[in-house]
Amino acid sequence: MIRFENVTKVYDQTARPALDKINLEIDRGEFAFLVGASGSGKSTFLRLVLKEDRASSGAVYVAGQNVANISSWRVPRLRRGIGVVFQDFRLLPQKTVFANVAFAMQVIGKSRSVIRDTVPEVLKTVGLEGKENRLPHELSGGEQQRVAIARAVVNRPGILLADEPTGNLDPTTSMGIMGVLDKINQNGTTVVMATHDDDIVNEMRKRVVELRNGIVIRDEARALYTSMIPVVGQSRRLRDASGRDAEPAPDPAGTTRTEVRDAGENQL
Amino acid sequence: MRLQFVLAEIGSGLRRNLSMVVSVILVTFVSLTFVGAAGMLQLQINQMKGYWYDKVQVAIFLCSDGSTATGCATGPATPEQQDNVAKLLASPAVSQYVNDFQFESKDDAYKHFKEQFSNSPIVDSVTPDQLPASFRINMKDPEKYQIISETFSSQAGVETVIDQRQLLERLFSVMNAASLVAVSVAGVMIVCAILLIATTIRLSAFSRRRETGIMRLVGASKIVIQLPFILEGVIAAVIGAVLASGTLWAVAHFFLGGYLSKQYPDTAFISAGQTLVLAPALIGLGVLLAGVSSLLTLRRYLRV
Repeated sequence: MIRFENVTKVYDQTARPALDKINLEIDRGEFAFLVGASGSGKSTFLRLVLKEDRASSGAVYVAGQNVANISSWRVPRLRRGIGVVFQDFRLLPQKTVFANVAFAMQVIGKSRSVIRDTVPEVLKTVGLEGKENRLPHELSGGEQQRVAIARAVVNRPGILLADEPTGNLDPTTSMGIMGVLDKINQNGTTVVMATHDDDIVNEMRKRVVELRNGIVIRDEARALYTSMIPVVGQSRRLRDASGRDAEPAPDPAGTTRTEVRDAGENQL
Repeated sequence: MRLQFVLAEIGSGLRRNLSMVVSVILVTFVSLTFVGAAGMLQLQINQMKGYWYDKVQVAIFLCSDGSTATGCATGPATPEQQDNVAKLLASPAVSQYVNDFQFESKDDAYKHFKEQFSNSPIVDSVTPDQLPASFRINMKDPEKYQIISETFSSQAGVETVIDQRQLLERLFSVMNAASLVAVSVAGVMIVCAILLIATTIRLSAFSRRRETGIMRLVGASKIVIQLPFILEGVIAAVIGAVLASGTLWAVAHFFLGGYLSKQYPDTAFISAGQTLVLAPALIGLGVLLAGVSSLLTLRRYLRV
């Protein structure tokens, strides 16, 4: 569903690349966590999928299509196939819950009757029945994020990208949100979630792709937030610090990468 | 649905940005009024040129019933006198200066007079008999007017020889200068209008960046995202253009028609209806400058 082939993204010629020769494939219907410290390249990864930015080199395939070959007037069609959720919800404050979700359908020209039928259904999926007419500020953070998720999936995208969707939420609420994302994933949507939230990752036991300084350092199925394989006994902070120390001389590609994924998932 | 959505977006944009929209309306109104004023002066010049101005330079008027000139003491020009003038015009001595000439009978004169003064009450009190017949001469070299004048002034049956250009050209040069001034002012005002429209669209895009950001993410097409902004500028400019057209109409109707034409009954003025031909041009110009400036602004400030 999403395939990165040798993708490098350089924002600033003098600094190190935000992504450095990334090879990664996420299959249809998969649920993958993207973890790593700030600046490790998670957001750049998501931006490349959305064609918000162009890869400096390499190819990004979304739903089998190389995004570099999508002309600018077809980018909207690409984005209709991808839902996005953010840490800060990005709801329209003056619109009701219903109108916020309906907005995503209006702007792509869906008819009013389709909107009337679809929106309540999606709101039910995310657990917001009966709150259609609330305004965003009348909702809790968790409920606002549910509205944002409803808006992201209301057009039935094949892919849902979530950029730290639980970053502003308490652990209990976060688990609720994860339940919603999991349900959406069960319905066949590929979910890619960038996160710092170790509890959630450990709880969900899904595929974990760990980035550090633009390189994939770990890609494990049904994994934990911290790898179970390398360096035992170190706290996360210490591991991150050692990662930064090693930065001037990055390991040759592949040697630090721990491929523990099922063989069947690796075919391109 | 999509149209309705775009309209709703335009409405909310205009409301949120009301003071800027009003200033866009006023600036386009003023600038297009100046453009229109220049156009109106040109229309007026055309009106005053009448039927003959661009075709001939010199007119030989023959004596008519009301003539008081000394050469007309014997009454209206007879057909023989008319023939003599025509023969003289065709003779080698004169024809070397003349490209060609045409005879305007009293009836022709009446027809052309009615056309030119169609907006003036004077047209009702004039009959063909009161108008002189004339020879209209297209000169090889307009500067040689003097030769024609000397040759024909003393001819029997000739009331007067007139160099039309000399009569009107000074007036026209003043009017042309005035239209040039109007166009220059309009040019400066149009630059103001373009900049103001650009600023307004920028503000509007900024105040709605949440919406446009979301529209972008859910895959709204470029047109759906940008059209409300462009139409916002275009609508404001069209309102300004309509106001400008209305002002020009009012000037023609009340000032030219109601005041000047009574002060100068022997001058042909344009009618208020004639100024309306300027309206589509002004509206088109307004749409064009608003459309282009908002499109350019959006390219910079509204990523899609």
